[in-house]
Amino acid sequence: MSDTINWHQDIFDVLLEQNFTLIAHVPDAGHTPLIKMCEANNGMEVVTLTTEEEGVGLVSGAWAGGRKGVLLMQSSGVGNCANALALPAICRIPFLTIVSMRGEWGEFIPWQMPMGQGTPGVLEAMGVQLFRADEKVEVGATVAAAAHLAHNTRASAAVLLSQKMIGAKQFSEG
Amino acid sequence: MLNRRPLVEFLLAERPDDLLVVSGLGSSTWDVTAAGDDPRNFCFIGAMGQAGPFALGLAMAQPDKRVLLITGDGELLMGLGVLATIANEDPMNLAIAVMDNGAYVETGGQATATAGRTDLEMVAKGAGISATRTVRDESELPALRDWFYTASGPVLANIKIVPEALPLVFPHSFDGVTAMNRFRDAATTEVAAG
Repeated sequence: MSDTINWHQDIFDVLLEQNFTLIAHVPDAGHTPLIKMCEANNGMEVVTLTTEEEGVGLVSGAWAGGRKGVLLMQSSGVGNCANALALPAICRIPFLTIVSMRGEWGEFIPWQMPMGQGTPGVLEAMGVQLFRADEKVEVGATVAAAAHLAHNTRASAAVLLSQKMIGAKQFSEG
Repeated sequence: MLNRRPLVEFLLAERPDDLLVVSGLGSSTWDVTAAGDDPRNFCFIGAMGQAGPFALGLAMAQPDKRVLLITGDGELLMGLGVLATIANEDPMNLAIAVMDNGAYVETGGQATATAGRTDLEMVAKGAGISATRTVRDESELPALRDWFYTASGPVLANIKIVPEALPLVFPHSFDGVTAMNRFRDAATTEVAAG
């Protein structure tokens, strides 16, 4: 049953419905279908960043100008954002990020482990409200809830998409 | 080489109604404030390296207004990648003034990379920002100001200034929420076409 759920589409539908029109990202395979959907939508602008921390300032500046943005990134990018997160924190700018997790369920690259395991701690340390989706069926509602919270209460919120849900990559056999 | 306070005052003196100003940590913020408090200014007092990305997001959200980013060589050097992002997004309404004194004046005057071999105009050009210039002399300022106000962006001028420690002039509020609320109201208010 859960295999019929297109959770990328569910995220896209939430972004569309809540009028997120600036989609900033450092590419990650886990976000690729969503990025393609956003690129295909005329009402959205997709910005490829050189590093994730640019997305914090970009989304913040967009909100200052009356536009809603979101940062899509892999968990390894969260560490790059730590000091930048002071900006939405101290100005109470609504900040939403959707993070595809690595370094947890079935990880095969040791180098992914430290930042993957450190991701919730870094976000919490910078005052970001954490939401986690472990099952495909809950992705859409989780992103909707985080986006509402961020913009209604002027807070920073992150949705962590679990590696178990995304599907852990593996080296091919042999 | 130019003195930063009269330079910034000159750059903002004929300010059009639709010009939003973002200043980077820290001397640039004191300069912009010394030129006169204005609700259309957003002045960073932290989050070093974020002024460029913020200015880009603002420019993309308010395409009918002009955004002038005023920041230092040290603040820009912290996130040079944003020049590539700006170049590729190609916002026509974004102008960047780099106050290049080759020094981290706030922390004691230690040399930045631009005191050595790094040329920020060349970096910007290499990143893909096609309209760039380096400014060293007062005689260039009227044309520079006009360029900042009207040129099709993104444009970047690397302005060579004297490394001088000046009195700090604090912006409207150190409280980020107070500063942001005032700025957002101004930034999202429509102005008559100039």
